Amino acid sequence: MSDSIEMMSEEEQVGSRVNGPARPETLLNIERVRVPDDGRPIDRPVKLASKHLSLWYGPKQALSDVSLEIRNYEITALIGPSGCGKSTFLRAFNRMNDLIPNVRITGQVLLDGEDVYGRRVDVVELRRRVGMVFQKPNPFPKSVFENVAYAPRLSGVKNMGRLTEIVEKALERAALFEEVKDVLHKSALALSGGQQQRLCIARALAAEPEVLLMDEPCSALDPISTLRIEELMRELAKSICIVIVTHNMQQAARVSDRTGFFLLGELIEFGSTDDIFTRPADSRTEDYITGRFG
Amino acid sequence: MNAPARTLPHGRGPQVAAGSIAILTGICAFLIVAIVVILMGIIIWNGGPHVTWEFLTKAPETGMTEGGIFPAIYGTVLLVIVMAIAVVPVGAMTAVYMHEYARGRMVDIIRTAVHNLAGVPSIVFGLFGLGFFIQFVGRGVDRAFFGGQLIWGQPCLLWAAMTLALLTLPVVVVSTEEALRAVPDSYREGSLALGSTKWQTTWKVVIPQALPGILTGGILSVSRGAGEVAPILFTGAAYFLPELPRTLNSQFMELGYHIFVMSTQSVNVDETMPIQYATTLVLLVLTFALNFAAILLRSRTRSKIEQS
Ligand SMILES: Nc1ncnc2c1ncn2[C@@H]1O[C@H](COP(=O)(O)OP(=O)(O)O)[C@@H](O)[C@H]1O
Ligand SMILES: [Mg+2]
Repeated sequence: MSDSIEMMSEEEQVGSRVNGPARPETLLNIERVRVPDDGRPIDRPVKLASKHLSLWYGPKQALSDVSLEIRNYEITALIGPSGCGKSTFLRAFNRMNDLIPNVRITGQVLLDGEDVYGRRVDVVELRRRVGMVFQKPNPFPKSVFENVAYAPRLSGVKNMGRLTEIVEKALERAALFEEVKDVLHKSALALSGGQQQRLCIARALAAEPEVLLMDEPCSALDPISTLRIEELMRELAKSICIVIVTHNMQQAARVSDRTGFFLLGELIEFGSTDDIFTRPADSRTEDYITGRFG
Repeated sequence: MNAPARTLPHGRGPQVAAGSIAILTGICAFLIVAIVVILMGIIIWNGGPHVTWEFLTKAPETGMTEGGIFPAIYGTVLLVIVMAIAVVPVGAMTAVYMHEYARGRMVDIIRTAVHNLAGVPSIVFGLFGLGFFIQFVGRGVDRAFFGGQLIWGQPCLLWAAMTLALLTLPVVVVSTEEALRAVPDSYREGSLALGSTKWQTTWKVVIPQALPGILTGGILSVSRGAGEVAPILFTGAAYFLPELPRTLNSQFMELGYHIFVMSTQSVNVDETMPIQYATTLVLLVLTFALNFAAILLRSRTRSKIEQS
């Protein structure tokens, strides 16, 4: 938390410095080193979409008429001030909002064109296809191995050799294997915060998801762990679709391909990250990015 | 109307009152400590010398004025084991349903029922056990499967244990619920987000975390049940038995009941006095040890939860 706040105030200074009549290259003073051919597929079809999605917690409306499309092999960032509905929106994709009583939803959420709130959809199956990483690392109080083996075991993998294979592959994809290969059977709670969060990513990857939802995955981590996870996300985007909620605009600018800006439950603006951070169409987006509020 | 000065303390009155309240409350607290010390002192002083290896391993002899209390120890242990086998799963499952599944009014209804159960006098459990387990269930089983032959429709170990289980059910429910409440929701969310069902999450993540709490509840229920006499009075405890109970439908001797019998029904109450003290000491040591184990287990679980 404190990390992101510090970064915000830094941004504020940057924002006020560049806030002149002449438009700077980016509103944030960040270099966006973009390699067009970074190993990701060129064809990036729409993976997730929301259509006129509104959501209420009891009488309180948290999302109003949100429509947007999220593409495969891309990283989509959702930004906006606290309480604007980013987490709520993210949790609509794997139906985690179902767990909260008195939630009402209208509109559609589509995964590969299929309504995830449709009558015949199996929520359990949906959540295997759409994995999630939470704000606070939440490894189970089990061994590193058992954490990663959790989802494969659920889907019936019993053979120890096969399990080991899956666990090692997931840990490698999460760039954690080298660090934990000697403590696989020790408690996951003994790992550092950054390692725990990568373990949670590995745990999600072991289910072979097509989409990874990340809700402020770095807000509890130090800057170095944060960078490692950002690197990891770019690597993962070669094979899956990633949606990240972040409080940290520099992170959104560094890591994402597209950015959506939320305010009070509405999607104010959605576009390529380059556009959002250099020439936002809406003055509220610009105000937020340059740190004038939020 | 009041003069401002009246709101300020006037003279020494309030100070004296405060001082005497401190003394009064102190006396009460001290009295309790003193009573416990005296009680323990008397029991240890009078009973201690009689607690020998022989006493613990032999049966009562010559109208309970000699010999030991082995059958009563054996019966007590058997009774609480059968009771624990019944009460721990049922109590734990009740708590799991209440905390993980039930919503809204249902939770209140169950909780009220459990709390009321905890407030029922133990003699009422005894009568209920007699009426329900023995007369209704036991006789019913006899009529249905044994042609009316008296096998289960009589006081015995099983029904006494069931009656005690009912009495100690709230202990297990409350203890398990507390343990479930201590399991962070982030574990539940994490598990569900990985595509597990509610039951898989409960079974694989929540219950393992709550297990020490469930165990604590089990031990507390055993230590509570071990000291109760009223519920087993009509449901299975026997005055004296030449043989140890071998089946669930045998009667049994029990420590608390043994004390009761010796102090009220024995031919020569005075002569059994030392044995009464010694038996009481054994019963107390047993329950204290169980309570201590429960406390230890609970504090270890608490610190584990705080660490994570
Ligand atoms: N379980 C809930 N019950 C009621 N209101 C909630 C719940 N979760 C979130 N909200 C409300 O919905 C709004 C959006 O919350 P959230 O999606 O968590 O915002 P963000 O992630 O952008 O900070 C907030 O006003 C919040 O108070
Ligand atoms: Mg949030």
